[in-house]
Amino acid sequence: MERIYKIQSQNLDVFYRDFQALHAINMDIEQNKVTALIGPSGCGKSTFLRSLNRLNELIAGTSIKGQVYLDQQPIYTKELDVVALRKKVGMVFQKPSVFPMSIYDNIAYGPRIHGIRQKHQIDNIVERSLRAANLWEEVNNRLNSPASRLSGGQQQRLVIARVLAVDPEVILMDEPASALDPISTSRLEELIAKLKNKYTIVIVTHNMQQAARVSDYTGFFLNGELIEFNQTDELFVNPRDKRTEDYITGRFG
Amino acid sequence: MGAAKMKDKLIYALFWLSGLIIVAILLSIVGYVLIKGFSVISLDFLLQSPRKAGAEGGIFTTVIGTLYLTLLALLMAVPIGTGAAIYLQEYASDQSRFARMVNLTAETLAGIPSIIFGLFGFVFLVILLNLGWSILSGGITLAIMILPTITRTAQEAILTVPVEYRENSLALGASKWQTTQKVILPFALPGIITGVILSIGRAIGETAALILTAGSSLGMPLSVFDPTRTMSVHLYLLAMEGISLERAFGTAFLVIVLIVIINFLANLSMRRFSQAMH
Amino acid sequence: MQSTTRLQINTRKNNTIRFAQNSGRGRRHKGEKLIEIVLLLCAALFILVIFLITIFIFAKGLPLLIKIGPGNFLFETEWSPTRGVFGIGSMFMGSIMITLGSMLWAVPLGLSTAVFMAEIAPARIGQVLGNLINLLAGIPSVVYGFIGLIVVVPFIRDYFGGNGLSLLAGIIILGIMILPTIINVSRDSILAVPNEYKEGSLAMGATHYQTIARVIVPAARSGIITAIVLGMGRAIGETMAVVMVTGNSAIIPGSVLEPVRTMTSNIVLEMGYASGDHQTALFATGMVLFIFIVCLNLMINLMARGGINSGRS
Repeated sequence: MERIYKIQSQNLDVFYRDFQALHAINMDIEQNKVTALIGPSGCGKSTFLRSLNRLNELIAGTSIKGQVYLDQQPIYTKELDVVALRKKVGMVFQKPSVFPMSIYDNIAYGPRIHGIRQKHQIDNIVERSLRAANLWEEVNNRLNSPASRLSGGQQQRLVIARVLAVDPEVILMDEPASALDPISTSRLEELIAKLKNKYTIVIVTHNMQQAARVSDYTGFFLNGELIEFNQTDELFVNPRDKRTEDYITGRFG
Repeated sequence: MGAAKMKDKLIYALFWLSGLIIVAILLSIVGYVLIKGFSVISLDFLLQSPRKAGAEGGIFTTVIGTLYLTLLALLMAVPIGTGAAIYLQEYASDQSRFARMVNLTAETLAGIPSIIFGLFGFVFLVILLNLGWSILSGGITLAIMILPTITRTAQEAILTVPVEYRENSLALGASKWQTTQKVILPFALPGIITGVILSIGRAIGETAALILTAGSSLGMPLSVFDPTRTMSVHLYLLAMEGISLERAFGTAFLVIVLIVIINFLANLSMRRFSQAMH
Repeated sequence: MQSTTRLQINTRKNNTIRFAQNSGRGRRHKGEKLIEIVLLLCAALFILVIFLITIFIFAKGLPLLIKIGPGNFLFETEWSPTRGVFGIGSMFMGSIMITLGSMLWAVPLGLSTAVFMAEIAPARIGQVLGNLINLLAGIPSVVYGFIGLIVVVPFIRDYFGGNGLSLLAGIIILGIMILPTIINVSRDSILAVPNEYKEGSLAMGATHYQTIARVIVPAARSGIITAIVLGMGRAIGETMAVVMVTGNSAIIPGSVLEPVRTMTSNIVLEMGYASGDHQTALFATGMVLFIFIVCLNLMINLMARGGINSGRS
């Protein structure tokens, strides 16, 4: 079966002013798979993730060399509509950050932004997204209560539902489980396994077991370089690089 | 050791005393005006137009004048001040020379005494633009004076909006303005309102600048081109020209009551703001 | 393929559609740009306003100042508009005397209150006091002037002599008015002193007062100076309250019980009927005041940049 690559990065360098955060990253991310990015803090994995939807540009002084392709189209061009890119490439952050509005309005935020006005249409999207994020059963009787009252795990799934509501093709997740308890984490991992049928997922995680459990591919970053990128089974069982081996066996630093 | 302890105790007492003096000053000012002014206040006093230069009748036209001027000033200063705050916090980069320059001018503007604004309004609005002593001249002058307060408080309120909200909104494909409008402003609203409330207080109390720009006519202002007299200007003239001490007390009573209410509201909105954040 | 576009952070200029799915995108981008321009204009208005104020005050005041000569204008003590003699020497001195006089008592009281609120008072009392001080700051100057006229002036007349409308009355009222500025700004800077300083000192066996005097206040120094300078600016610019209690004679007072006129009073008292050179002279008075205030402001700004802990947000 031929592999379809959803995202490809080519010789991607990222600089924060004089500091080079990423060095010539080449990575092909396959469609409808989960790709995990692992590595110690400050290794550049989050920076890489944020360069896939051009969110790193929010930080003043950032500059980019190289290119990232989404569906074979370069995203670092002057003509590209960042808004449309981010609609296509959703993102879930480390800290579940629900807006200070109701559950319903949180989900409806994206669709409304993108011009959907009809109530019944938004109702549909809200329900569909919440179901897709395995949250519908828990919240359908209190859609109008403030989202901040949900538990941490529920908030993280709400944030995922909010991303799903704008109908993305790729979902980037930046350590989505780091603030969650073990039960919430396992529910989140179930959700990721379900979502990959429809979406391409890239997840940054500190937790190697998690990477091993949820991902099809894993990339190991160190000091801004992609040291090794391979199928997850392969990388964890048969690391080719000494540094990867040191890291996954815990003999690192 | 014992002597040092004694000395410490004594000094403590002095510190407590200074706090008490402040409270005493405040309470005696507010209390004095309230007690002396209370008997003057009646519905007639509030709702009758002044007669004989204010020696008889009520203060109705000055209440209307104050209201008119305050509203006009807010109408101009709130959108502009908030807009400037949004630009400085959300659009301009912190390091930009322009942003630093605007912040510096805002600070300078906040420190300029009202009499200077009065002079400026007089020469620029009243004379050069030929607006005369009018609500429009006074309102524009007042708007300039409250701009720094509104912008400063709005900036501070926007600053407290967690950066995650912005990231999440932008990551959902919202544009910058959509993010500002739908996420940042609603969150910052209580803080912005606090600034507006404080500005109302300033507008009610302003005197020097308004004497020079809005005039001191006791007539009922109908259009923005009419001159008017605010309650504070009225209080000044009643007291200084010895027209009616009784009515001066009544006017001072009203001004103080309004200021107390405004302070209370500002506190309330500030508290609600800090609660909303947790 | 090896395109090495170096993009800066600003990407709002994008206007084509590569990823677009819904139409009308170009229009939205134009809207975004328009909004940004409007917001920029709001911010730019600040610069325009201060520019206009400076231009107009100077344009009105400077010619006379040059005609008379700045030295004569500032230090000549005779002010007789009817004879065409314009010297603000007595008003200049009046402003300085009343400002320094009010600071003489308001600064120590304000600072000790600030220390009290930040270091000594229980949190609740500190908070209540903070609210009261904000109220004190919110009371309009005309009300202070009124209280001064009704309470302070008769008191001085009865107990110290003179007619009561005096430098002393101005000093008392103005001092009260600058207290909130001094207290709030210096309290904030005292609160901003890192706790470790305090703990370090206490751990060495210093008493609380020694810690306050030797560690906390020195550490908050630049913020306290800012507070004092801000209070000074407020005092020198204050108009209504001063007009109402000081008697306004354009002479240099021989004692605190004699009347005095400040630069601000001069403007507000005579602007209503002045014309010609007389009016211009009032603008020149305003100009002197303006320069004074702007210099104070710049001083504070330089200090804030120089000092680590200025207590200003």
